[in-house]
Amino acid sequence: MYQEVLQTESVVAKKTHISVKGLNVHIGSQHILKDINIDIPDKKVTSIIGPSGCGKTTLLKTFNRLLDNSSDVKITGKVLVDGENIYDPNIEVTRIRKKMGLLSQRPYPLPMSIYDNVAYGPRIHGTRKKAVLDELVERQLRATGLWEEVKERLNASANRLSIGQQQRLCLARGLAVNPEIILGDESTSALDPLSTHIIEDLFMQLKEKYSIVLVTHILRQAARISDYIIFVYMGKIVEAGPAEQVLQDPQEELTRQYVKGYIT
Amino acid sequence: MKRRKFEELFFRALMLLATIIISGSLFLIVGTIFYKGAPYMNLDMITKTPGGGFYIGKAGGILNAIIGSLYIAGGATVLGLLISIPVAIFINMYIGGKTFLANTLRMAYDVLFGIPSIVYGAFGFLIMVYFGLRASLLGGIIAVTLLVIPILVRTLDEVIRTVPSELGDATFSLGATRWETAKVILRQIRPGIFTAILLSFGRAIGDVASVLFTAGFSDNIPTSLHEPAASLPLAIFFQLSSPVPEVQGRGYASALVLTIIVLIITILSELCIRKFYKQKV
Repeated sequence: MYQEVLQTESVVAKKTHISVKGLNVHIGSQHILKDINIDIPDKKVTSIIGPSGCGKTTLLKTFNRLLDNSSDVKITGKVLVDGENIYDPNIEVTRIRKKMGLLSQRPYPLPMSIYDNVAYGPRIHGTRKKAVLDELVERQLRATGLWEEVKERLNASANRLSIGQQQRLCLARGLAVNPEIILGDESTSALDPLSTHIIEDLFMQLKEKYSIVLVTHILRQAARISDYIIFVYMGKIVEAGPAEQVLQDPQEELTRQYVKGYIT
Repeated sequence: MKRRKFEELFFRALMLLATIIISGSLFLIVGTIFYKGAPYMNLDMITKTPGGGFYIGKAGGILNAIIGSLYIAGGATVLGLLISIPVAIFINMYIGGKTFLANTLRMAYDVLFGIPSIVYGAFGFLIMVYFGLRASLLGGIIAVTLLVIPILVRTLDEVIRTVPSELGDATFSLGATRWETAKVILRQIRPGIFTAILLSFGRAIGDVASVLFTAGFSDNIPTSLHEPAASLPLAIFFQLSSPVPEVQGRGYASALVLTIIVLIITILSELCIRKFYKQKV
């Protein structure tokens, strides 16, 4: 039944960026994601909501094949990014991952300076010229509103920054490799309200250029920034659609209960 | 009620006694070495090679053994590190830290860790014979390298496992390869690598059985890898076996030198470990 709802919503979305078809994920003997079919629109903010342990982070991690690194994982089905199946055995994983910036729950700056953190990605992909890197670092730090705060101490260790600044640095680091998609895994859950606000604002600005997929368990956050919402429960997509519709007028009883706070 | 009270008292006394015996014997050991060795400690001991015959000689010092030991322990640690870092990275990043194979390998290194050093000495000796080497600095370094590899691998493995997987996720999502990610992780664990170095150096410098027939002994400071090299543990052993009381005293002084070196290393590694864990918070 939820399949039908999905299909109609996909038509509503203008252009599809990520298209998941018949995705199943097993970790060990557990069936984590069950027959997932969903289209994620281009240049919109899509939030994946659902109770803890429902598989929303797993779903996010299938988009940039980060799940491959865990042992005992079995993935079947297709994930098409720009029409290309990223689980095709011949695909170059590093190229797929470069297309997506990941912003994890807590910021994990690399053990190097602020400058080197942002320059890390471009460097491993072959950018060596200092002038180019300088320009790039400044541009990304400006894009995340960090430039004015750190321009005097670009060579200081990234660990010296506050946790909110670190998270923005991690975003700048991700943007520096020119991704098309930003994946956020509860990216604000470790931050104070002000930093959360800054990150949310950044997402709103960034959706002009990037498709953004966020995992969140904060419904108010989902309501504030999402264009589309996917509700996942027990490894299945229960409902997906425009944010207002899913939150205000859910079609499924489970969604209604979750939105009202009856299931957590 | 009385029985419970007695039990409590009894076991408390037992624990206290055990603690006193252990710390007491530590002080006794250090005290004995100091008491017997200090009168024979002088600048010559640590700046000169032995004068006259070693077993009866009273002149000169044990510089040959100090330098020999530093060469052997240093060489073995460097060589061991060159082998252990790739192994630890391979186990954690390529095989996968939690897989059956990784755990089997860890067990193998635990078994190697428990093998007595004389066995490494014998094995090193066999390798030397096979390659036609004589007792030499190189032979000693090879045998001690075998001895320290399990220590290094297990220490590095533990340290790498403390790195949150999200750090790897971060570099992977930037499109980094496994090796590029490994380099970032190695950077993250630099203090841990230093700790591993010191632990391995400490073990290497104090071991006697592995160098017994591989490094040999010499009154001279080795000038090439093919010359035999003295080591502090062996110098202590030879001098203490001498019937001459003064030579025996010099043996205790040598033990004092070795103890001080090990003490410095222990303190340094303790500081490193502290710095490492502080940095993680």
